[in-house]
Formats: sequence, C-alpha cells, structure tokens
Amino acid sequence: MNDAATAEKPVSTSTIIIDDPNMNPIRVAAKNTRVFYGQKQALFDVSIDIPERSVTAFIGPSGCGKSTFLRCINRMNDTIDSCRVEGEITLDGRDIYDSSLDVVELRARVGMVFQKPNPFPKSIYENVSYGPKIHGLARGKAEIDAIVESSLRKAGLWEEVKDRLDDPGTGLSGGQQQRLCIARAIAVSPEVILMDEPCSALDPIATAKVEELIDELKENYCIIIVTHSMQQAARVSQRTAFFHLGILVEVGPTEHIFTNPKDQRTHDYITGRFG
Amino acid sequence: MSTADISLPVKFDWSSEAAAARRKRRHFADHRLRWIGITAIMIAIGLLGILLTTLVATGYRAFVQTMVTVPVYVNPEYVDETDPSKGNYRAIVKDTLGNLFPEVTNPRDQRELGQLLTNNTQFMIRDRVVADPSIIGKTVEMTLPVSDPFDQLEKGVLSRESPEDQRKINNAQIGWFDQLAAEGRVSMPLNWGLLFNSDSRFPELAGLAGAIVGSFYALMVCFLISFPCGIAAAVYLEEFAPKNKWTDMIEVNINNLAAVPSIVFGLLGLAVFLNFFGLPRSAPLVGGMVLSLMTLPTIIIVTRASLKAVPPSIREGGLGMGASRHQVILHHVLPLALPGILTGTIIGLAQALGEAAPLLLIGMNAFITSPPGGLLDASTALPTQIFIWADSPERGFVDRTSAAILVLLGFLIIMNGIAIFLRQRLERTW
Repeated sequence: MNDAATAEKPVSTSTIIIDDPNMNPIRVAAKNTRVFYGQKQALFDVSIDIPERSVTAFIGPSGCGKSTFLRCINRMNDTIDSCRVEGEITLDGRDIYDSSLDVVELRARVGMVFQKPNPFPKSIYENVSYGPKIHGLARGKAEIDAIVESSLRKAGLWEEVKDRLDDPGTGLSGGQQQRLCIARAIAVSPEVILMDEPCSALDPIATAKVEELIDELKENYCIIIVTHSMQQAARVSQRTAFFHLGILVEVGPTEHIFTNPKDQRTHDYITGRFG
Repeated sequence: MSTADISLPVKFDWSSEAAAARRKRRHFADHRLRWIGITAIMIAIGLLGILLTTLVATGYRAFVQTMVTVPVYVNPEYVDETDPSKGNYRAIVKDTLGNLFPEVTNPRDQRELGQLLTNNTQFMIRDRVVADPSIIGKTVEMTLPVSDPFDQLEKGVLSRESPEDQRKINNAQIGWFDQLAAEGRVSMPLNWGLLFNSDSRFPELAGLAGAIVGSFYALMVCFLISFPCGIAAAVYLEEFAPKNKWTDMIEVNINNLAAVPSIVFGLLGLAVFLNFFGLPRSAPLVGGMVLSLMTLPTIIIVTRASLKAVPPSIREGGLGMGASRHQVILHHVLPLALPGILTGTIIGLAQALGEAAPLLLIGMNAFITSPPGGLLDASTALPTQIFIWADSPERGFVDRTSAAILVLLGFLIIMNGIAIFLRQRLERTW
C-alpha cells in the first residue's frame, strides 16, 4: 500500500452504511478512528456502530486493518510502542481512550480470543479461574468452582473436561484449547467479546463447534469477529463490515452485504476478484 | 518475468560427464566440511583430555597421605593434669621417637629423627590430650602424618637412588623410615585433611576447608546481590522500558560490562569497597560483591533472553483478560522464563567460583589457617588457594595444587549438573 496514493483519495474514506431498523441497541461505537504505526497510517476515519447481543463480522483482504481496528476496542494496541490511535471509540457511551478509564477494567469488560489458541501453561481449572481471581469477582473456592463450571458449560467444554480439570490446558486439542480460551474470556462476565480469526488454526469440525458456540453466546454478549472466511461471516454474523486498505468501505446486515453490496470493492471482494 | 525466461536450457544433459563431475565435487565439499568439524571437535576433546590427564596424574597423590602409627606415652612429668594445654609436648614427641629407636643417642641424629613426623605433631598430641585428659600417664597409639619429604619418598616421587646431597633427607633418615615401614607402622589412607584442614605451611597438613568455606560465603553474597538485581533490571528493560536511545545505551553498556576483564572489577572493588567504604580486606563479603559485579551482567543478559523466549501469545492472553502488567509478568512470564534464568544464574555463579583475578586484588590470597567464621573474617577462596599453593616451593604443594584444581572442577561439574537438571525438570512446553 502506498501512503501517498491513499492519502490523495479523501473521498474514499467514507463508509456506506446500510441501516437496519431491527438493530439492537448500540454497545460499541467508533467515530473517525484513525490508527498510525509510526508514520504509516493503518486506518482512515473508521466510523461504525456495533449492536449488543449480536455477532458483527469484519471481513476484508489481508492487511486491510480489520484486526488493527478490533485491537483498538480493548486497547491491545497500547502494547505496541509505535502505535497511535486518534478519534473516539465508546463503550456504552463512554470513551475508552479517556484517561479516567482504567485499561484493566476495559479489558475485563471487553474480552478477547486470539487467532492461535493461547491457554496459559497451567491446568484447565486455573486457566478459567485466573480472570475471576485477579479481578476479585469471587470469594472462596465454592464461588470460583461455580464460575469455572458455568464458564466451561457456556463454552461447551464442560462435558469433555469435567473429569480432568487439573490436566494442563495445553494438553487439549486445538479446538478444545480455543473453546477453553473462550471459557477463560467469559469467566469474567465481559460485555463484549472480540475474536481475532478464532478458527483459522482449527480443522473444519472444531470450527463448526466454535461457530455453534458463537451462535449461542450472541444471546448474551456483543461479539465482534474478524474472519478471512466469507462463508464463516455469512454463517455466524448478523452484521458485516468490509474493510479495504485501511478504509471501512461498507457495513450493514450480513445478507445485504453478501447479496446486494453497494460498493464496487465489496462486490469484487465477495465475488472473489481479489483478496 | 515470463516463465520462458527462467526455464532451463533445452539441451541440458543431467547425465553428461561435466554434470557428474560437478555433483562429485559438491559431495566432496560436503564431506570436507563434515571432517573439518569432526577434526575440530577431536582437537577440543584432546586438549581437554591432556588437561585432565595431567591434573589427575599429579593430583591423585594428594588424595592419599602417608601416615605412621606410633605409641605415644603421655608422660605425667611433662603434662600438668590441671592445665593440659600448657604441657611440654615437644619432649613427649622426642621420647616417642626415642623409644622406637633407642640406638639413636646423638643429639644431631635425634633432631634428624624428629624430622620424620610432621612439624605439628606436638600440637596434635596436645589436642588429643586436651580433648581427653584421662590418657595422661597412659600409652596411646596415634596415627600421625609424616613430613612432606617422607610422604614424597613413600609415594615414589623422591628417588632413593638420587645422590644423598641432592635430597632433603639423608640415608639414615630413610633407614629409620624403612624400619618403621618394616614394622607395619606406615600406612597410606585417604587424605581427608585435604578437604577438612585449613591452609598450612606444611603440605602434609594443608587443606582446602578455609578456601571452600570462603568460596561458599563469597558465592552466597554474589548470588544474593546479583540474582534479585539482575532479574529486576532485566524485567524492567524487557517489559517496561521504552525503546529509546537511553535504553539502547544502557543495553550496550550492560553487554560491554559482561566483556570487561575480571581484574578490572577487582581494581574497582579495591578502590571503592576497600578504600572508599573501608570494608575489611580479604573478606568473603567484599569478594562476593566484586564477583557480583561480574555475574550481574551475565544474569541480566540471560534473563532478558529467557523473557524474550516466552511467546508473546502468553502475554497477550494475560493482558487481554485484564491482568495488569505486573500480574502478567509475575503469574505467566517469569514462571515460564525461570528455568532459563536459573540455568544462566548457575552458570554465571560457576564462572564466579572459578575467578581468581579480582579476589587477588582485594587480598583474598592471604595465608589464613582457619576457616572464616563469618562474612567479615579474612579468608581465601578456591581459585586463590590454588594460586597460593602453585606459588609454594615445597614438593608436596605441586600435588596439592593439582588436587585443588580437581576439587574446584568437581564443584563446577556439580553446579553445571544442577543447571542441566533444573532445565530438564522445570522446562515446560507451550
């Protein structure tokens, strides 16, 4: 991507937004979010409303900025020295980049599941109980036990691991590890769960299980998923946002994006012309 | 570029002689590289073998000690029962030998006879009597070390065939010694004194106890300073420090510090710890502080490498669920880095254990005949003890120098063994 070339096209940073009258109340909203890595601008004026209790998918070719934007929502980009975020992102109407908001609190409310399953090299039980323990969400072993069980049940993993909670989490299969990471994220009762290509390291059967789980979790959580698979976006999400070269091109109900895209670039991408 | 541009010449013949010769040359080059590597390893192993063989060949003699068992009559005339520590024990030694060799009456011969036993015999008898005053007036069998020339004679280092005027002991002395041997009084047991005695001017009595205790104290101080400081510094540099020219400069300086010759740290210790702060000379405390200056950069570098090796996904996982940075570091990163940190620390300490130069400068090469009772007592360390013995003229110290080196190597092997054990035991996969 050439910086100068993209900077010369200010018009193209605008987003086509397809409204949906049935959309749930908004949980996360971004206004004119711009992200820079050093001198290089990675995101151009991204504005998007993300509703609660639904799945929003971010799609787009590699390097389009969808993961960068996802990592802005729980401020994981803070860990990268050269990264700078401008504009406004709100969670329940509150600016998450405001200095009064503690990033520790934000990340407890906005959980994250990563591309490669990354359970801690500790037991299954410790993986799930870690969050509640550090945030002081539970007192006593009985309460923590209850949280561990309910989180593993919600993640659809309880039946598979209930007899070996003390085994290392890293000993599970890839799909089980990813569901363990989801259980670990929901153990602290987040409001939003960010998923960064959660199935890209999994086989089709494990992928199906995780997608099924995402479908169940959307009843209670605001889920944002980055995916390279358009089929996956079509299967699990209610709304889809298409990113291209750091620009949010089009966002709307999933069926609209896939059947009737308004922008030529969206059309080209979903029909397989590039990416 | 189109595909036509990179295709092979149409008529390339793989089976031609030129192609076969080229392949042969390449295989030959492979073999050559392999053999150069094997030769290099053989040379290294050979040199190590020569070193160990020489050490063992000279050092093994020091692990045994020639002793002679004699009946000692503790004459009440010489020892006062109320205060046994003040007796005339020299006379008891003289009588003991006089009883064994009644034919020796000439005072000069008697003096030469006295040289058979170690110079400290009288003190050994005194210690025995002080420990058990009931033996006053009785005869006890005591096993005593012979003096160094006779020890060397029995071990075959000193040749009986050499001209009398070229050895320290004359033919008469050898005759007396042989008479004792014929009576079955001479034995050569394991030399525990090498490990449990302190330094002495007499090789037959000199041991490493003071040096081992001194080295232990110095290493303890070194560990207590460099381990926490090293880890804290490495954690800050790796996990918190911003990447700017200041931290770059600190990093370069730490790496340089690891390459500074150790004698420079000794000079620094002499100037700062002894002259400026006025800490006592030859003390293991100062030795440990100087050694920690050397170990610290090693530990920082090793710890940073171990922290870097922890996969970033573990940090992201922790941060992503709202753990604060100290929680991520203490709960996840450090436990995973610990095997590497411990291994590096033990190897750093092993280096410090073998370091003589800085300790020489702060006076840990003094002649000290008792183990240090604390961190501030004067003491030697193993490498400086080796230095002292290597400098001593008596023949017995040649063996003992090699033996002391073997003891030092033994401690190094033990420490490295612990490092390997910890690495294999604690290392976790993720």
